[in-house]
Parts: sequence; C-alpha cells; structure tokens
Amino acid sequence: MSTTAHPSAAATSYWETEPHHHPEGASTSLGFWVYLMSDCLMFAVLFAVFGVLGQSYAAGPGPKVLFDLTLVAINTAFLLVSSITFGFAMLAMYEGRQSRMQVWLAITLFFGLAFLAVELYEFHHLIEVGAGPQRSAFLSSFFALVGTHGLHVTFGSIWLVTMMVQIHRKGLIPANQRRMNCLSMFWHFLDVIWIGVFTFVYLLGMI
Amino acid sequence: MATIDHSTTFLLGRLNWSAVPTDPIVLVTFVVVAIGGAAALGALTYYRLWGYLWKEWFTSVDHKKIGIMYIILAIIMLVRGFADAVMMRIQQVWAFNGSEGYLNAHHYDQIFTAHGVIMIFFVAMPFVTGLMNYVVPLQIGARDVSFPFLNNFSFWMTVGGAVLVMASLFVGEFAQTGWLAFPPLSGLGYSPWVGVDYYIWGLQVAGVGTTLSGINLLVTIIKMRAPGMTLMRMPVFTWTSLCTNILIVASFPVLTMTLILLTLDRYVGTNFFTSELGGNSMMYINLIWIWGHPEVYILILPLFGVFSEVTSTFCGKRLFGYSSMVYATVCITVLSYIVWLHHFFTMGSGASVNAFFGITTMIISVPTGAKIFNWLFTMYQGRVRYDLPMMWTVAFMLTFTVGGMTGVLLAVPPADFVLHNSLFLIAHFHNVIIGGVLFGCFAAIAYWWPKAFGFKLNVFWGKVSFWCWVVGFWAAFMPLYVLGLMGVTRRMRVFDDPDLRIWFIIAALGAALIAMGIAAFFIQIGVSIWKRKENPDLSGDPWDGRTLEWATSSPPPAYNFAFTPVVHGLDAWAEMKQEGQKRPKAAFMPIHMPRYTGTGVILAGLSTVCGFALVWYIWWLAALSFLGIIVVAIAHTFNYDRDYYVPVEEVSAVEGERDLQLAKLGA
Repeated sequence: MSTTAHPSAAATSYWETEPHHHPEGASTSLGFWVYLMSDCLMFAVLFAVFGVLGQSYAAGPGPKVLFDLTLVAINTAFLLVSSITFGFAMLAMYEGRQSRMQVWLAITLFFGLAFLAVELYEFHHLIEVGAGPQRSAFLSSFFALVGTHGLHVTFGSIWLVTMMVQIHRKGLIPANQRRMNCLSMFWHFLDVIWIGVFTFVYLLGMI
Repeated sequence: MATIDHSTTFLLGRLNWSAVPTDPIVLVTFVVVAIGGAAALGALTYYRLWGYLWKEWFTSVDHKKIGIMYIILAIIMLVRGFADAVMMRIQQVWAFNGSEGYLNAHHYDQIFTAHGVIMIFFVAMPFVTGLMNYVVPLQIGARDVSFPFLNNFSFWMTVGGAVLVMASLFVGEFAQTGWLAFPPLSGLGYSPWVGVDYYIWGLQVAGVGTTLSGINLLVTIIKMRAPGMTLMRMPVFTWTSLCTNILIVASFPVLTMTLILLTLDRYVGTNFFTSELGGNSMMYINLIWIWGHPEVYILILPLFGVFSEVTSTFCGKRLFGYSSMVYATVCITVLSYIVWLHHFFTMGSGASVNAFFGITTMIISVPTGAKIFNWLFTMYQGRVRYDLPMMWTVAFMLTFTVGGMTGVLLAVPPADFVLHNSLFLIAHFHNVIIGGVLFGCFAAIAYWWPKAFGFKLNVFWGKVSFWCWVVGFWAAFMPLYVLGLMGVTRRMRVFDDPDLRIWFIIAALGAALIAMGIAAFFIQIGVSIWKRKENPDLSGDPWDGRTLEWATSSPPPAYNFAFTPVVHGLDAWAEMKQEGQKRPKAAFMPIHMPRYTGTGVILAGLSTVCGFALVWYIWWLAALSFLGIIVVAIAHTFNYDRDYYVPVEEVSAVEGERDLQLAKLGA
C-alpha cells in the first residue's frame, strides 16, 4: 500500500464500501445446470444398466418382437416438435409478447401430453402381451429407462402448467423469466435424453 | 423371526403389533429413549422454547445456524452409532467357548448394518456438510449460500432420513445386510420384511438433501466469492469443499438410481439384481461402489482442508506448498472415480482389470502423501502452538499415515485375496475414518467453536477427551489388524478358537477408552458453556487466524460482513492485519437478506411420512403425502416475496456493539 494514499481510499481497497447489487438469481442458471448434470448421471446409470442387461431376454420376447418402430418414431416427432415450440415460446418471451408465449406453451404442453399418452399406450400394450417389467432383465431395464424419462416429462408438464399460471398472474417479471429459462433447459434436456433412448434402445434394438 | 404377522390391511399396510420388538434389550433401550425424549420435550415445553426454536432455528435459512444444526445431528447420531459399536464389542468378547453371547443373529446383523449406515450417512456426512455450511460462506466473504431455502430443506431431509433409521429400531427392524445392502441378500427372497425398506427410504430421503446441498455449496463457491478472490486465492478448506461438492454432485445420483433399481426389484418384482430371469447382482456391487469410492473422499477431503487451515494457523505461517495442495486435492477428486473396483478384487474380473484398479489405487496415495509432506513442511521451522486443534492434527498425521499404508497393502490384488472382508479391512477403514474424518471433526470443532459461539472450549476436558480418543482408537483397532492377518472375517457373531479372545478383549478395552473420550467431550461442551464468561473471544480472531472468517465478530452477525471484504492475495485476513486495515465504522448500507421459511420443514416432514408409509406398504398414506409434497412445493413457488433488507439502523447498532467489544479488548 502506498503510504501517501488517503486513509479512506486505503480502506476501500480492502472493504467494498460502495453499494453493489448481486443481480437476483445470478446463481440460478449455474445451479440448474449442475442439477441437470446430476440428473443426467441418473440417466447414465440407467443407460449403463440397459447396456449390461439389454440382451438378457431370459427366453422372453426381445425388442424386434415388441417394438413398433413407427409408433416410436411418431412419438419421437412429438417430443422433438415440442422442443421447437418451446423454443418459439422463449423467443416470444424475449420479445415480451406474453399471450403469444402462452399459446406456444400450450402447444408445447399438448405435444408433451401426446408423447406421454403414446408412451402409456405402449407400456399398456407390452404389459398386456406379457412383456411387463417383471418378465426379464431386459424388460426391467427398458421400463426403468423409458419410464424414468416419462416421469420427467410428466413433472415437466406439471411445471409447465404451473409456469403458465404464474405468468398469467405476474406477467413476465424477471423471476418468471428466470424460471422459464430453467424449464426450457429442462425440456430440451429431456429431448436430448430421448434421442439417446431412441437410438440405443429402439433403433439398435431393431438391428 | 417366526412371530411376525405378515398379513396386510388397507389402513395400516403390513404394520401391526408384531412390529414392536419384544427383545428385552430393545425394550429397555426404547423405555430409556422414550423417557429421555419425553423429558427433553417436556423441558422444551416448560421453558417455552418451541416458538424460539421454530422461529430462530428450524425455519432459519442462515447458513451458520443450519451448519450448527447439522453438527448437532451428527453428534446425536454419533452416540447411537457408538452404542452399536459397544454392543458388537461386548458380543465378540462374550461369544466364545460355546457361548452364543447375548445378541441373537437377527439382532446382531441389524446392529452391524445400522452401525455402518449411521456412522457414514448420519454422522460423517452431516458433520462434513455442517462444517462446510458454517465455514465456507464466511471464508469466501459471502453473506449466505446461493440458495438459502434449499439449504434449510436439505438439512431437514437429512434429519428425515435419520428419523426413519431411528424409527426402525422400535417399529419393525433394520436391514441385516451390511451397510451397502448387497443383493441377492437384500432382495425380497432373503430379506422379506421391512429392514431393507427402512434402509432404502432412509437413505433416499437423506440422499435428496445431500445432493441438493452439494449443488448449493458448489454454486456458492463458484459464484459468491468476495471480489479479488480468484480460485488460487481461495483458502484450502474452501478448495477441498469445492472438490467434495463436485464429488457429491457427480456421485450421489448413482447411489440414488442404484437404490431405486433395488426398490423396483423389491416393490415391483423387476429383475435387475435378482438371480433369475437375467438379473445381475454383481452389477449392483459395481454401481454402489462407483458411488461408494468417491464417497470416501467426500468424507475426507474437507477434513484435509481443516488440517491445512489448522496447521498454517497454529504454526503462524502460510501453508507450505499451497498450489501443490490444491493440485493434490484435484488429482484425488479425479482419481477417486477410477478405483472403485478395489472393493471387490475377489469378484473375479481377471488379472488385467484387477491390475488396473490396483495401480490406480496405489497412485491415489501419491497426492495424499504430498499433502502429509506439505503439513510437515509447514510445521518445520514454524512456531507451533499445541492448542487442541493442533493436537488433533498431529494425532491425525500419525494415525492416518498408518491407515493409508495398510490401504496400499490392500490395494495389491493378491494380498487382497487373503485380506478381503477380514478384520484387517475393518481396521484399515476405521483407521482412516476415525483417524482422518473424526479427528478432523474434533479439530474443526475446537478450532471454529469460538467463532460460532463467542467463547473458547475448555482445554482440560478437551485434552482428556483427546487422549482417551487417541489411545482408545489405537487399542481398539490394532488388535483387529492382528485378527485380520490371522484370517478372522468381519461380521462374525460367535467364535470357536479361544486363542482369539485376548485380542477382542483388548479391542473392547479400547472401545471403553473411546467411550470415556466421548463422555469427556460432552463434559467439555458442558463446562465450556457453564464457564463461558471465563473464556470469551471478544476479538473474533482468537487463534490469530489467516482467513476471512476471523475478520468478523464471534459469533458473526446474521449478515456476516457489514462490508464485503476485498481480497488481494492468499490468506486475506493475515494480509489485512499486516497492513493494519480496520473495518470501516460508518456509512453503513441496508443489507439484502433472505427470509426464513417453514416450507423446508414441511416438505421434509411429508417426505419422511411418505418414506415410512412406503416401508409399511400403507399405500394411501404414501400417495397422500407424495401429493402433499407436490402441492406444498408448487405453493412455495407462488411466494415471490423471499427477501428483505436489514435496515441501516440495525446494521449500525450491531456494528456499534462490535466496536464496544473491540474497545473492551483494548484493540
């Protein structure tokens, strides 16, 4: 420290005496990313388990008998489209067009629910033909992986509805925008996971 | 147990009167706990403390109070876990020459399982999390953690898990599988009743808390550091905390998912880990140790940080080799992920796989050794003050080094084939966990107690506790090395060979010494509180510390620092003292702080109820409480009013008090 410095100037260099504002929620985005990565690790375990058990049919039905690739392709399309529509909702949000955003969110929700409906139909069908999760280790790991993804979409949809109500009530205040950014990341994350599921479970299973 | 009534009803699931244990030992414990608990609750009511506890502690989002509550939880659970240990020691001395001892197999198996689960998940973890919670924000010059509400919620989830594990003692049973519940033993076929379910839901509820608190502290360290505190200017404890929380975030999800799969096997009838229809039980052992080995370092790394802080403070020197300490920590963090298979060399993965994991395990001892040398070189030519924290640190260095070397022995696969699951292994990991984690926690308590409460701990009783613990540890565990080398396996209830008995007797005497150490610790706390006026810490810096937590008062105000410190180098507070910098005494500003909330308590309470309902197959209650969790969580998000400003008048009043304190000291 220079000896000629004014005492108060010296003090300021060791203590922040000017008011400063941590922008509210500055940590949220990093925190949510870290959460997503930890969630990703749960899926990594499920993928690894599927990798180990995916061929253990226990003399039961295998993927070629069970999977209806057309149906799964349609379902994949539902989810991918829902990601695009979510993107449009985010664009509308950045432009500050709230009602337009709500419409896009509603469309996203529709595709999300459609995805879940098809998945439930598929599960129901599998259980009906005697290929429930108890039948073989392959089916156990299949139901666990796809089901966990489906549960995530379910909770994403509940969150989406909550967000729509909150935006309706409070408008596009910073807190809501921040939450929308998190939900957006979550939704796209589920898309990425699904691409993995579609490739490794369904497509590779059909070879 | 033949007397269990396995019928289920809609209202209570499989819960009925046969769930209440009739074992006299458990009954007596229950009566004692019930009387003690009633007395404690009665006292709280009599002194009208409920409102105070709820308003000031349970709903608090202050990282300091949450940290203290974590450590209180850890100490309470330490007593429970230690009681289990004493019961095992007595049984193993007793059960010779045809005697069955005093514990039947069903009871004994629960005890060694509960001992491991409690000591790792509900003693070591809350201890470490509590320390990080208390110290890290202060060390980085922050006012709280990034997500204060989440912090409160995490704590109560940990409590919820502990409550479930404790409930299993009096309602039903605990797992009889060992602390990691390997299948197929933990499957429905061999563990049909509620023990493993208590294990699963206890760990899952607590695990949510651990993962969230890991995310929280990780983000706090990345985002909330004081201006000027670059990564390489962070105190070593903060560095080790950062690495620990990275490990938590990147390993606990594996545990969560593995336990979910075990749950599905038990509840849905899937075949992940069964021995039929393609299940693979070895996969469970791989998965659980992929979490389990990083967990070892989650426990020890923060204490390495504590020892670093203590050594440099009590030697009056900057830490020797700061950068190498940081790099060693990071190396350990990375390496801890590629050693997990050394826990089951005997699985038969083949020579090459075993060789790989044996070598990585030996490599991980290199950065650990580097740390030991750094501490020694810090002491070299330092003015070492042997206060209690430093005594624990020296005891750690001697004890832990031995434990580390036996670990390297176990890392040699051919040697491991002989020593696997023997008492040699038990001695090894107690050697590093007690000698490392627990000694570190005691060092940390002695070191930061004055900061947290404004007075120092009693030295006499601290020394009594120290010597009882250290000598007791060596007496209790060195015999186990001998027994392990003679081929005695772990988890044995009765013994045939009378020659072994003398070693168990020595070990039991060691445990008795440790019991005296624990008692002396409680006396130390009691005497220190009683005579707190005699040992006050007015300065806020009782040890001539070097890092920012010593720059504020003891105990710190709710907002930690009226003005955020600005950092120019390593050991920021030592530099401020050297430069003669005093904190500003005027021109205070209102301070932005988070509000207290009861939502965390409610959510964790509902989760605990949900866990209990799932254990007992009370499906309606499980569904209802799960729905409750969702509704409360959503309702919480509708509350946007979560913070407030501490008015300037209050800040200047608090800071004025601090001036008076310092003036009294003549500073």
